[in-house]
Amino acid sequence: MAKVTIDNIEIEVPDGTTILQAARMIGERNKADRHVVPPTMCYYSKLKTSGGYCRTCIVKVTKGSEKDPRPMPKPVASCRTNVMDGMVVENTINADLIESRKSVTEFLLINHPLDCPICDQAGECHLQDLSYENGKEASRYQFERRTFDPIDIGETIKLHMTRCILCYRCVKVAEQITDGRVHGVINRGDVSEISTYIQEAIDNDFSGNVIDVCPVGALTDKTFRFASRVWFTQPLDAHRDCPKCSGKTVLWMKGEEVLRVTGRKDQWGEVEEFICNTCRFETKDKAAWTIEGPRKIDRHSVISQGHYERKLQQKLLDKAAPDAPSIEPFNIADR
Amino acid sequence: MSATFQPLTQRSRVVSDKKMTFLERIYLPAILKGMSITLKHFFFVKKVSLRYPEVEKPRSAIYRGHHVLKRDDQGRERCTACGLCAVACPAEAITMIAGERKKGEESVYREEKYATVYEINMLRCIFCGDCEDACPKEAIFLTDRIVEADYLRKPFVFGKNELVEPMEKSKRIDVSKRQTPDVLKFKEQRQYSHNR
Repeated sequence: MAKVTIDNIEIEVPDGTTILQAARMIGERNKADRHVVPPTMCYYSKLKTSGGYCRTCIVKVTKGSEKDPRPMPKPVASCRTNVMDGMVVENTINADLIESRKSVTEFLLINHPLDCPICDQAGECHLQDLSYENGKEASRYQFERRTFDPIDIGETIKLHMTRCILCYRCVKVAEQITDGRVHGVINRGDVSEISTYIQEAIDNDFSGNVIDVCPVGALTDKTFRFASRVWFTQPLDAHRDCPKCSGKTVLWMKGEEVLRVTGRKDQWGEVEEFICNTCRFETKDKAAWTIEGPRKIDRHSVISQGHYERKLQQKLLDKAAPDAPSIEPFNIADR
Repeated sequence: MSATFQPLTQRSRVVSDKKMTFLERIYLPAILKGMSITLKHFFFVKKVSLRYPEVEKPRSAIYRGHHVLKRDDQGRERCTACGLCAVACPAEAITMIAGERKKGEESVYREEKYATVYEINMLRCIFCGDCEDACPKEAIFLTDRIVEADYLRKPFVFGKNELVEPMEKSKRIDVSKRQTPDVLKFKEQRQYSHNR
């Protein structure tokens, strides 16, 4: 066991834990301490060897360990650095580090088109959250941003390479969750891009999970394309008997219509269980699902702006007691 | 007045029913006095009302009336159906459905997504201007035009026909007066150009 202090909060964790995981343990232990958890763009706890690309999770180690108390000379990526006994880590209380993270965010946004008004990911985008919390209000970049045309990857996935931050999560999903990866990152440095071999379609039962793991709007669901803004839809927890996956999903509803099906994301924005393409793209009939109830969304999220949770709960209660007088929505255009 | 009631001000007057004098009883002096006031207003005092609709009261250039959905210099619709106006709207008056621009429509819609349906319910709208503030594309503006009255409710749900400004350059709706010199100067900065 190793005792580690992050932003003056102590926790004892097993050896071999990374600083990021220790910070998340603090956040899970006490919700009020969640602010010490560094943001992540490329690290994904469900994917092996992920992390280490984006540098947003950097922290300052002011004391290496009990045996060797020297501070580490530079900020370290917390997703790739293991804790040592007696380590002291500074994240939100270090002004220099906050400044560094701002620079990292600025670098991630250099080529980003900032087309959030068009992007389907807006409202649940990790890059949006990151730039809102750590970004500068204006870009200093003076040159042309690199541009690509949107590409169809198969029937159901759209790739907007302009929005990609090269986190490699989708590559790791294809490698570890599906068999036979047909897409990857080609070229090097600032010209690298995600591509399939000659736009070969990804047709694997679990390929749709690349949409869920993508932290930005680079990989989006074509069946949901421009159907609605995320915050106008109402998420419902639902499940069904699926021979291929756990069948536990979130349905994003507009009225009685299922616009989109995704996996369930936990408090760190990672899906709990990967779901198959049949559930995600083909089962858009509400009758095929067993509804569990409204999905709990953090109140800071724009998705909860319509107080859908309360409304849906009322609706479900009304259904349980059909004798209660039903109130039809007042539609002025019909009069 | 009950014995316990104590007036707090001196404004109330005690009504008396004393007998009227002769001059008061013939009413003529009072009638003449009243008529003189009326005639004075009729001939000599400037009228405060206007003969609408022939004459209109001048409105401020930043009056908040009938919305407009602007086109850019090349006549393309600026709105991308991002939904921020609908979220900002405190009266929930705005609704829209987005569509994808097809090949060949680049001269009609500026971005790859556009609003196929855009409706503002003018009966719900409170003309607060929050939609104008929220718009990231400078697409929606309130103008100094008045929303006309009607007998039915249905015509008050304004669609794109009522909201989008005409294509012809001469019929465009000028909103430049709503943008102060400070705003225009701010827009010239290159570092904020990504959303133009």
